[in-house]
Amino acid sequence: MLIDTSATTLVTLDDGTKILPPNLIITSLDKIVNWSRLSSIWPTTFGLACCAIEMMAAGAAHYDFDRFGIIFRGSPRQSDCMIVAGTVTKKMAPVVRRVYDQIPEPRYVVAMGSCACTGGVFRTYSTVQGCDTFLPVDVYVPGCPPRPETLMEGMMLLQEKIRKERARWSPWR
Amino acid sequence: MAVIEVRLSLLPKGLEAKEIAEKIKENFPDQVIDVAEFRDQVSVIVKKDQITRICKYLHDDPLLSLDHLQDLTAVDYSGKKDVRFEVVYNLYSIEYRHKIRIRAQVPEPNPKINSVVPIWAGANWHERECFDMFGIVFTGHPDLRRILMPEDWEGHPLRKDYPLKGPEKEWSGYAQVVELARKLKEFEWEG
Repeated sequence: MLIDTSATTLVTLDDGTKILPPNLIITSLDKIVNWSRLSSIWPTTFGLACCAIEMMAAGAAHYDFDRFGIIFRGSPRQSDCMIVAGTVTKKMAPVVRRVYDQIPEPRYVVAMGSCACTGGVFRTYSTVQGCDTFLPVDVYVPGCPPRPETLMEGMMLLQEKIRKERARWSPWR
Repeated sequence: MAVIEVRLSLLPKGLEAKEIAEKIKENFPDQVIDVAEFRDQVSVIVKKDQITRICKYLHDDPLLSLDHLQDLTAVDYSGKKDVRFEVVYNLYSIEYRHKIRIRAQVPEPNPKINSVVPIWAGANWHERECFDMFGIVFTGHPDLRRILMPEDWEGHPLRKDYPLKGPEKEWSGYAQVVELARKLKEFEWEG
């Protein structure tokens, strides 16, 4: 959309944002907060099985998660998101939960692969039947393992979800 | 190519698996139950009582020199054979490049067999895994704890009578996590 820079009144952009040339922008706090959040999702570096290899491929140069602002972070305390990539065993479940609990709010969980979504082929004594039994999952990414494009689609769905949030920044929520 | 052939011919020649089986039969005639062969793989089925003596002989004999324990595992023949468990030793000689498989029969109840850790130190974790999965006790093992399952896990999962989907009672560690997640649910963001 072209903006007439010589205008001296508010120009309305189509998505509810108003702009007063040259450098005054009026918008809602939701929009700016959500925009900044979805533009820099930092997932924890956390892989459990073969899905982690595909996650790494998605993060590497060919598929390049960095262009979405998705940069893997080595500590849960400095991340926004957790990609549960792989089979969650019952022995591992307390560790997975602890990693999640250390992520500061707002935090998101992406269940990557059949195993993290439902337990997959492992209907056995040692495997958790879907990590949603003990984690609030935001996006399910199916596949065994999902291709990097699929994971990317999942992360874009997460971005759309964040874009639709209302007043998550408020202390009175 | 010619150089490689000459070098291979200079290496000490190993024995056929059947010859090794014959040697075990000669030295321990009252211990060997049977010699089984399947697709050129020879297994010597032995009694469990003298297993450390047999293994010591196989390891120390200069013509056998089976110094590498490739794998140690067990099989549950519940309902298929009279003796329920068999502990399997896959042995290999790095010097002679020959191999043999030893299978020791371990009956129920209280399956027990002597440890071979003094002979092959690498057997340590294999025997722990075997104990974890089948509940076979290796007497003389320096540190016989579970290796894969949590320490307070009940039962031995690879036994044939173990339910595939796990026992009715959930493992306490996982039950605690589910309970914690239920408690913390009220603090989650709901949009």
